[in-house]
Amino acid sequence: MTISIASPSDSHERSEQRLMLLLLAPALLVVGALLIVPLGWLAWQSIWQDGGFTIVNYQRFLTDSVYWMTFLQTFRIAFVVTLATVLLGYPVAYVAAGLPQRWSMIVLALVLLPFWTSVLVRAYAWLILLQRTGIVNSALKSAGLIDSPLLLVNNEFGTVLATIHILLPFMVLPLYATMKKIPQELVMAGSSLGGSPLHVFLRVFLPLSLPGMIAGMVLVFVLTLGFYITPELLGGGRTYMVSMLVSRNIQVYNEWGAASSISVVLMICVFLVFKLASLLIPFERIIGTR
Amino acid sequence: MIDATKADRVGASIRAASKSYGHFRALDNVSLEVAPGEFVSILGPSGSGKTTFLGLLGGFVQPTSGSIWLGTRDITFEPPHKRDIGIVFQNYALFPHMSVGENITFPLRARRLPKSNWADKLQGALDMVELGGFESRRVHELSGGQRQRVALARAIIFEPRLILMDEPLSALDKQLRESMQIELKRLHRKLGATIVYVTHDQREALTMSDRVAIMNKGRFVQIDTPEQLHDHPADSFVARFIGEATLLPVTRAGNDTVTLGDAVLRTSRSVPQGKALSLAVHSEKLVVADDNAPHASNRLSGTVTETLYQGESIRVFLKLSSGGDLSLRLPSNHAGRLHLKKPGEPITVALHPEDTIVVPDAP
Repeated sequence: MTISIASPSDSHERSEQRLMLLLLAPALLVVGALLIVPLGWLAWQSIWQDGGFTIVNYQRFLTDSVYWMTFLQTFRIAFVVTLATVLLGYPVAYVAAGLPQRWSMIVLALVLLPFWTSVLVRAYAWLILLQRTGIVNSALKSAGLIDSPLLLVNNEFGTVLATIHILLPFMVLPLYATMKKIPQELVMAGSSLGGSPLHVFLRVFLPLSLPGMIAGMVLVFVLTLGFYITPELLGGGRTYMVSMLVSRNIQVYNEWGAASSISVVLMICVFLVFKLASLLIPFERIIGTR
Repeated sequence: MIDATKADRVGASIRAASKSYGHFRALDNVSLEVAPGEFVSILGPSGSGKTTFLGLLGGFVQPTSGSIWLGTRDITFEPPHKRDIGIVFQNYALFPHMSVGENITFPLRARRLPKSNWADKLQGALDMVELGGFESRRVHELSGGQRQRVALARAIIFEPRLILMDEPLSALDKQLRESMQIELKRLHRKLGATIVYVTHDQREALTMSDRVAIMNKGRFVQIDTPEQLHDHPADSFVARFIGEATLLPVTRAGNDTVTLGDAVLRTSRSVPQGKALSLAVHSEKLVVADDNAPHASNRLSGTVTETLYQGESIRVFLKLSSGGDLSLRLPSNHAGRLHLKKPGEPITVALHPEDTIVVPDAP
């Protein structure tokens, strides 16, 4: 009798692993072919030009004010949008989590409803609402609240507003999921122990809903960084975000190297945001697998 | 130190409280007087209204009618945080984002008590539940029994006027549960606190309580001492719920006699009139009839159907010749074994008139 013979369970386990790999193969292939390879090619383009290595594409970040102004504006918009979605989304999620199942589903459906129309349609809808002769301005005017129309669109304000509208579900859903998991008994315990509703909210509910809030903030922030259609249509040329810089470099100047370098820098920024957030809560909670 | 002096003790009083959800009456006109310093258990099967009753006392459920008093104070419409009732929840409801110390001092912080007192009070509460040195531990590092103690410490640190416990031991294993029962009793004596204890475990209720209120279908069926509940059940529901009673339908034959099939049984208690009746037989009260059995005892004969060896006792199941099944316990000692019959053998059992409990059938 030899000891080195693998036990039946070992060989079974190995064949199971082979099967798993086989099942994963198509997905891995798609991700590899459609994501990793293009990304690598993208990064390569930013440092390889006319048969030699170059850092000129990255030097522009230091020398060209348009570059860092654009990044600055993009981050500012992302920050404002994130803050606004927290302030708007938290009460919605709170109410939805507290309602009986049937009603909370209705609230969530209303939050998700805009998802079913394209970003393009929603951008034009905002344009119709907010333009100089739009519904909002004419209503305010006929109510006698303003004399001349407000500048509500074709600027940063319009862009931020529409972005908030589009991204609100990304804040509400993780918040709702986290709040739903907070045992009702903890709130009851808090109040039975003498905590006023405000005290219990601040000391018990809010801290326990924080993971959902951070998850939502990361999602909204990162998604805003890459927004393109909304600022393009509602920014009126005055709002210049990173994605537009990429598109201009390709469509107008045919500068693939410059466009690639911007994308790479933006990608690094996104990684940094995730890294920062993962210091606060585990990454699995941001993407909602735990 | 935590010390409830006599002056602080108050009783609780629930007066004719009802709670309806639509057409469903979760609580139907319940009244309960809890004396200061008393330990009262609410015992009932799940869905009997225990949780609603607890919610009523805790302030999480508003009664449809009736009132709730704490001492001389009407608290019917007071919010939970103003009631001064310490609650120990079934799953402890410890705050997972706080340390043990932060959990226990939560009531002090919520009440904005001066921080200078906190350390002493925390130490007192930790000592009381024998968790000294645990204040900086995280909740998830604790065992079930330790969490239980933290929940207890948190509920007593602010010297509440009433302590509510909602099946606090149900999540613990049997051995721990029994030692916690003793500990809770000790704590009750030490604090002199008024305690309302909700449970579905009849043995737990009988072991710990001064009085037990049996709840069924949103009503209190009987509120009595453990001994009274066991020996003088109000109806067939209580008899079935407390102890190991087997119920057999009987008919009234006289003031102190009933008939079971063709056998006439004497009881030393008066037989209620005009109701469907049942004989409640506790297995420990039946003895195998031999020449030593008191002459006055009722005798029932039948056939042994099964015997179960259960360690300290042997349970014998029998079928009465008049129909109906009974069981009795024999001690698993030599004398007990002498009485042991094999399945299929005839057996005669005796039931003393004092132990012949006749109850009206529950509605």
